[in-house]
Amino acid sequence: MVEKQSRWANLYLIIIFIVLYLPIFYLIFYSFNAGEYMQNFSGFSLKHYGELFADNRMLQIVLNTFVVALLSSLLATIIGTFGALGIYGVKNPLMKNVLLSLNNILLVSPDVIIGASFLIFFTLLGLGLGFGSVLMSHIAFSIPIVVLMVLPKLNEMSTTLVDAAQDLGANSWQVLTRVILPYLAPGIYAGFFMAFTYSLDDFAVTFFVTGNGFSTLAVEIYSRARQGVSLEINALSALMFIISLLLVTGYFFINQYNLKRKKQYKKGRNG
Amino acid sequence: MLKNRLFYFIPYGLWLILFVGAPIVLMFGESFLSMAHHFTFANYQNFLGSGIYLQMMFNSIWYAFLITVITLLISFPTALFLSNLKYKQFWLLLIILPTWINLLLKTYAFIGLLSKNGSVNHFIQLLGFAPQQLLFTDASFILVAAYIEIPFMILPIFNSINEIDNSLINASYDLGATRWQTFRRVILPLSADGIRAGIQAVFIPSLSLFMITRLIGGNRVITLGTAIEEHFLVTQNWGLGSTIGVVLIVAMVITMVLTRERKKRGRK
Repeated sequence: MVEKQSRWANLYLIIIFIVLYLPIFYLIFYSFNAGEYMQNFSGFSLKHYGELFADNRMLQIVLNTFVVALLSSLLATIIGTFGALGIYGVKNPLMKNVLLSLNNILLVSPDVIIGASFLIFFTLLGLGLGFGSVLMSHIAFSIPIVVLMVLPKLNEMSTTLVDAAQDLGANSWQVLTRVILPYLAPGIYAGFFMAFTYSLDDFAVTFFVTGNGFSTLAVEIYSRARQGVSLEINALSALMFIISLLLVTGYFFINQYNLKRKKQYKKGRNG
Repeated sequence: MLKNRLFYFIPYGLWLILFVGAPIVLMFGESFLSMAHHFTFANYQNFLGSGIYLQMMFNSIWYAFLITVITLLISFPTALFLSNLKYKQFWLLLIILPTWINLLLKTYAFIGLLSKNGSVNHFIQLLGFAPQQLLFTDASFILVAAYIEIPFMILPIFNSINEIDNSLINASYDLGATRWQTFRRVILPLSADGIRAGIQAVFIPSLSLFMITRLIGGNRVITLGTAIEEHFLVTQNWGLGSTIGVVLIVAMVITMVLTRERKKRGRK
């Protein structure tokens, strides 16, 4: 719906955008402060970035966070794509609905519940808490979003594609790798991106299952923030903001690519 | 084509059993265990019997309610105005972008903004008032929680408004409806599903936020989530923690039932 927008409406939007971005730019602004606090800007300095890059513990934690995010989103993408293929194959509508509801449980559950119940689970299994438990938790809560990203692509895939491939003598492995997966690729990439950001963003679940030896960025920021302000965290947040920007841009281009393909596909069909 | 469906289901099915089914069942079981791992109803008696926990639960629900209402009041006009913009998908992306910044970093920013010598207090002083204690108050907790939840409310409402057929609105004007009537009788009912989805997306997490209560609320505000964290990680009373977890799950299910998509009446 498009109608004429009043000046007040635009002013309101501008205020909302300012409010949404103010805290983020505030953080970044003070990362360049020569002083030690998030107030009284006393001069431009990069010293907090220097501190950040000299802080081996922090660098190790940044590395941990990205390793967990990359591994968990990769594995979640594989399992989730298989799951979507499985759900797609279920013909009974009731069964399908049950599966979809089960799939969505972890998406709607509060983080605290996921974290606490996983903690009980890992303790019962006798698994030590650390890298393994964090990685498994991240895989677990990322799988449903991958399924939700891949399933719509499967549903819009025309079955004649698969039939044609089979008629031409492709075996089921070839059908999967040469026809279905390439068709699903945009959905799979989108799922991977979402899983990656879920993992980078997670605090609560990790906080429950991380134990003592292993830490991710969010958990580390939490424990440092409880001790007070340190502008090293500001420097870090400026870098994280840039990474988020890159990720969003990437995601945006995947979406554009999807739309373009859809249009081309339609064009091909009509003309 | 999908003869090997069973094969696809092996990893996914394992995940369903191990990470969706088992943990919830275990948590439910744990809620009936005493600290010495004996079967007991004591946790539930403790929760329902002592006024402290019930009070805490109602407080938590009240705070979540306030956060949801504030978020909704801010988000609905935003979504409505956004849907009128020319490059609306781009602006929507800008609304979503802050959600990709780690939650902890955003919360941390407010520690700086709201602290005793922080920028908000500087601003207050410029206006000629004495600096206020802003951090560690109920209001600051609600403010920060609402700030974090706003994009999650805007997104579903925007999507439902965006789907409204323009001709319906034009028809409403042609038939003599005023702006307000069009809003009240056409736009609002047609965006109801988006509002419900938004309430769901905000209310449930608001019940369970615990790091904001710690960092911004200064332990003054106790939500269900904070209580669970406390019992699991501080006092190590997993039984009682699980009981509160079960209560939180029940609250979540009730919220979802109340805000589920209504069956469309009439033709569709």
